[in-house]
Amino acid sequence: MKLKGSEIIMESLLREGVDVMFGYPGGAILPTYDAMSQYEDRLHHVLVRHEQGASHMADGYARATGKVGVCIATSGPGATNLVTGLATAMMDSSPIVAITGQVPIPAIGSDAFQETDVTGVTLPITKHNYLVTDVRELAYTIKEAFHIARTGRPGPVLVDVPKDVQNAEAEFIWPEAAIELPGYDPPSSARDYEIDAALRLIAEAERPIILAGHGIMMSGAMNELRELAERTQIPVSLTLLGKGAMPEEHPLVIGMMGMHGEASSNLAIQEADLLIALGMRFDDRVTGNLKTYAQNAKKIHIDIDRSEINKNVRADVGIAGDLKTVLTQLLPKLEGKSHQAWIGQIRDWLEDSSERDILNYETPGILLTAQVVNDIWKLTGGDAITVTDVGQHQMLEAQYYPHQRPSTLLTSGGLGTMGFGFPAAIGAKFGQPDEDIWAIVGDGGFQMTLCEMATAAQENVNVNIAIINNNFLGMVRQWQELFFEKRYQATPMVNPDFCKLADAYGIPNRCVTQRDEIEDAVRFAQSIDGPTLIEFVVEKEEMVYPMVPAGADLHDMKRRPKPGEA
Amino acid sequence: MAEAKIDSKVTVVALVENEPGVLNRIASLFRRRAFNIDSLTVGRTHRPHISRMTIRVEAGPEYARKIATNLQKLVNVIDVRIIDNEPHVERDLALIKVRNDDADSRNTITEICDRYPARIVDVGPKVAIIEMVGTEEIIEEFIELVRPIGIVEMIRTGVVSMGRGTRIHDTNFINRRALVEAAEKARSGNGRLV
Ligand SMILES: Cc1cc2nc3c(=O)[nH]c(=O)nc-3n(C[C@H](O)[C@H](O)[C@H](O)COP(=O)(O)OP(=O)(O)OC[C@H]3O[C@@H](n4cnc5c(N)ncnc54)[C@H](O)[C@@H]3O)c2cc1C
Ligand SMILES: Cc1ncc(C[n+]2csc(CCOP(=O)(O)OP(=O)(O)O)c2C)c(N)n1
Ligand SMILES: [Mg+2]
Repeated sequence: MKLKGSEIIMESLLREGVDVMFGYPGGAILPTYDAMSQYEDRLHHVLVRHEQGASHMADGYARATGKVGVCIATSGPGATNLVTGLATAMMDSSPIVAITGQVPIPAIGSDAFQETDVTGVTLPITKHNYLVTDVRELAYTIKEAFHIARTGRPGPVLVDVPKDVQNAEAEFIWPEAAIELPGYDPPSSARDYEIDAALRLIAEAERPIILAGHGIMMSGAMNELRELAERTQIPVSLTLLGKGAMPEEHPLVIGMMGMHGEASSNLAIQEADLLIALGMRFDDRVTGNLKTYAQNAKKIHIDIDRSEINKNVRADVGIAGDLKTVLTQLLPKLEGKSHQAWIGQIRDWLEDSSERDILNYETPGILLTAQVVNDIWKLTGGDAITVTDVGQHQMLEAQYYPHQRPSTLLTSGGLGTMGFGFPAAIGAKFGQPDEDIWAIVGDGGFQMTLCEMATAAQENVNVNIAIINNNFLGMVRQWQELFFEKRYQATPMVNPDFCKLADAYGIPNRCVTQRDEIEDAVRFAQSIDGPTLIEFVVEKEEMVYPMVPAGADLHDMKRRPKPGEA
Repeated sequence: MAEAKIDSKVTVVALVENEPGVLNRIASLFRRRAFNIDSLTVGRTHRPHISRMTIRVEAGPEYARKIATNLQKLVNVIDVRIIDNEPHVERDLALIKVRNDDADSRNTITEICDRYPARIVDVGPKVAIIEMVGTEEIIEEFIELVRPIGIVEMIRTGVVSMGRGTRIHDTNFINRRALVEAAEKARSGNGRLV
């Protein structure tokens, strides 16, 4: 049967198991939008209000489900609006496929109306991209795009389809055979000698620590990680994106590492004699000064991306492979151990930290972000999917909302994209309709993509928006306080009335200024089947501690003064 | 990290899909890290859809592995090898146009060309073109010898390299177009989806 290119796109998406796509129409993608009408019952299209929103929604969907998220945009400005979302997904290895319209092939290169060289623009921020020049290759290309997005180290893939290719007809042949690409062969298992070398280091170690990252969840190796930790009694520290890799209430989990991580984790890393890094990439927010990072430790590094091994930190045993596969090879040969003295030492550090916990301070009359986050944690039974934006509230979420399940904290880590949180939460809700979804966003970041309130309202998406309003670009203000003598240049904000804004979009809302109002507001939000917004008016000049200043030694943390120390 | 010696170079051999944009992807990788490409050659191989590149990059040897693993990540790059530390044959080709307007220079040119793997491929009343094939070093040496005569114009192809022995750089890759055509053919034959 001959189909138009536009129909081939729809058929191919169906074959890939897609049921929702986020997009925005325009001239060069119009044939594809026209074809959508025949597929409405099986392929739901969500009309966003800005293509950046579509890219973050696809990303949020992908992070919440592990499936590939799909976004669609027209040529030129539509496609360039996707750029921030693609770069965000690239940095955090999130699988999305973006389909963009392009001007007709004969017009390419002529500066035609709304022509942008999108494959050129997105080359460094996609895992791979395609310009389809022959309708007969369209189905194959889409299948390949999904394959590349989802396998190995996942990432965004863009398929640029000229308008005449969408209109041209071809026999629709869905390639049933698995995709084989000679230049693309993600590593899977480890060699025996690599496993043995890793086992030897684990057996010899006295002060080992596991650094668990995002890769654990992408690989689905949560059980293997837990077994490794429990059998060897090795404490586990998590990266920001690794939160959920192991239940945070597990006694071996010692918290997040890095710039705003737990002091105990950072001290443990600096004192350790072995780091077992699993699916984490030693981001500079994680290591601080590389010259002084974990100097006494041997390192085992397991990652599916060979180029990550020895990139930032030299590995004594580097294994390129899929974590679940490699850990499954390793576990049967693993001998039980215990590290009581070491764990005791870490407990002491933890105790010191809890004395500095802001929740233990008397703070009459003011509302703190930590309190808001912690109360949301309690009121959601610690079981919501939280999607944060970027800034102080993001770090405080990481510190005060312990996650028990994988993929329940969705946050832009590598790119730190303000504006990510709210649209990503919408996407997550489409992927996980039965979950309680909370977008925890700053007053700054929310204003970057708040137009998606219209999308949430039109689609009646049941997301709860918690705006942490400190009237500041808080994280930048914190740096100005610490490193620029409180010269608050361009960080105070005169904000709109967020509740009135929500009213304008028809979104039920509450404003909270006192701690004792939190419960009521959260219950209110939970009772409504549709979007809701709560504005939390919090202390303006809060600080996030501990903090390792950028580039400082990991043990050189700025700590919150203990009560009375000030 | 060891200081990169300015003059140190990494030689990469890559098998790549012969597709639009591949050169761009590779160049982009070096541009991002601000590595200067000293020479880059691309040519077809005995396989229909495969090209082969030899890339000389100004970078310290400590970057060799990083360059290789990052190139390998590109979907269109089929295989990569850093060839500096293995036995290999390499060739560069130069066309050098030199002044040729007096007996003295004519004699010198002939005399130098006799001592090197060089040929005079074009002679005119004022200039001659010399073709010289050899390793980079020997070409450099040759250029210094002819420089006093007066070089008018010069072009080099850049180095191409091939490992010695039986470790062969090869693949049976078939490109998308060929796959699609095969699928169409199979379908018109027996009506089955491929
Ligand atoms: C304001 C701000 C502050 C921050 N502060 C901190 C901080 O204090 N602490 C912190 O940790 N982060 C912090 N971050 C986040 C940080 O920038 C990084 O995004 C984060 O550390 C990356 O975590 P990761 O390495 O686990 O995940 P990713 O960057 O997603 O890396 C995952 C790794 O897993 C590998 N992988 C994928 N699939 C598999 C598989 N199947 N098998 C094996 N390996 C696989 C990938 O190749 C990759 O190397 C902060 C970000 C912001 C915006
Ligand atoms: C798109 C984008 N622009 C700028 C920044 C730099 N930046 C990081 S955090 C931050 C402040 C965020 O303010 P807000 O959203 O109010 O959150 P808060 O820190 O106050 O919780 C800024 C401007 C960024 N991360 N992303
Ligand atoms: Mg703020």
